[in-house]
Amino acid sequence: MASITDLDRAHVGETKSRVVLDSMAPIPAKVRQIRRETNDVFTLTLEPPAGIIEAFNGGSANGFTFAPGQFNMLYLFGVGEVPISISGNPLNSKQIVHTIRATGTVTDRMKKIKRGDMLGVRGPFGSHWPVEASKGHDVVIVAGGIGLAPLRPAIYHILSQRELYGRVILLYGTRAPADILYARELERWRGGFDVEIQVTVDTAGSNWRGNVGVVTTLIPKISFDPYETIAMICGPEIMMRFTIKELVKYGLTYEKIYISMERNMKCAVGLCGHCQFGPKFVCKDGAVFRYDQIKPFFEGREI
Amino acid sequence: MDTVERILREHPFFRGFEESHMETILSCGASVRFDAGQFLYREGEKANTFYLIRSGRVALETHIPEQGTIVFQTIGEDEIVGWAWLFPPFLWHTDARAIETVRAIAMNGICLRAKCEEDHELGYEMMKRFAQIIIQRLRASRLQLLDIYGTHMGTGGRT
Repeated sequence: MASITDLDRAHVGETKSRVVLDSMAPIPAKVRQIRRETNDVFTLTLEPPAGIIEAFNGGSANGFTFAPGQFNMLYLFGVGEVPISISGNPLNSKQIVHTIRATGTVTDRMKKIKRGDMLGVRGPFGSHWPVEASKGHDVVIVAGGIGLAPLRPAIYHILSQRELYGRVILLYGTRAPADILYARELERWRGGFDVEIQVTVDTAGSNWRGNVGVVTTLIPKISFDPYETIAMICGPEIMMRFTIKELVKYGLTYEKIYISMERNMKCAVGLCGHCQFGPKFVCKDGAVFRYDQIKPFFEGREI
Repeated sequence: MDTVERILREHPFFRGFEESHMETILSCGASVRFDAGQFLYREGEKANTFYLIRSGRVALETHIPEQGTIVFQTIGEDEIVGWAWLFPPFLWHTDARAIETVRAIAMNGICLRAKCEEDHELGYEMMKRFAQIIIQRLRASRLQLLDIYGTHMGTGGRT
């Protein structure tokens, strides 16, 4: 946690702390488009404001750039601020896209936002999916529920350079057919014949022709080379825990597995300690972690 | 070697059975086919068979009054459907419906049950393998029960 003196020092101009202070100030961005994905999930497309580009991208005027897996702090004026993953295409710097689930005070109110309204944005923050390090490897992406949103930028990135990767497999589990995110996009990707996509739901009515069962049941159905595979997992912690166990059963080792953690955050820059996870801060060391680096804490309780 | 024999011998579920047991197993298998919508079995009926799915998908489902039919699991290629044939009272607890055309090997449970009673070596092997399947299903069911994607699981942090 930063002391008052640290912050004071920043005021008098120490470069590193200066950046920290700048990144504490949300910059207003206009809501360009709202898309209702499911009953409680919606996607906001924001106009990148000039300010955010200068403040966070070293003054480059090329639009909003981020790495797949990073997040922004979104501030609904007068209500509160929440950390939300960026779910848009990293190659499109002319927009900031967030897929949000209405699940608390701030996100419930955010659901009521209208086109043209303003949201405060700070970011992008945090680590990213190993999309570069995965080149030449098979990639197994496992998403649970809203966990598909932080993975979508990684999928866009991989598909934009498809030839540089081996087998690409997406396993996606969610609650019911009506909760499937980005359904049309999933169909389009599947139609490209170069990505294997398996979707499963926890329960369904008899008119659903797809898989029913938890997402881990899809792992025995796919084939990948365990020595040359990188896995990226995002979903509820319990889902990630069981997915890791299943992947390890098929030969994957911990340093080939990446997960994205979720914790309450406040500052997003490693100062306040709100999101501390063992010796790490989810906001600046994560949210994407290589599993071997956090395994003892991930398996522990009350962390 | 006929098709049924080849399929059974190559299937991971039957791998490692000793030859005399394998002969018994082979004598109990027959190739079957179900069209989409047909039931492999219905809740409450006598459980005298289990199926090794070769292709297609089977929905395990149950009917809830006023809510309709709920599918709680699907079973696909290379998986086994049905263990009620091995345990009293030998009755099915769910419906199993072919979602699409299903090709399977039907194993005669009455014949196998009797053989397992006679020869406990065979019975123990069979029990071990079905216990594995039941464990997997139990674990999966627990996760489903937790409703991990439900709102109560809390996503107060980053989504």
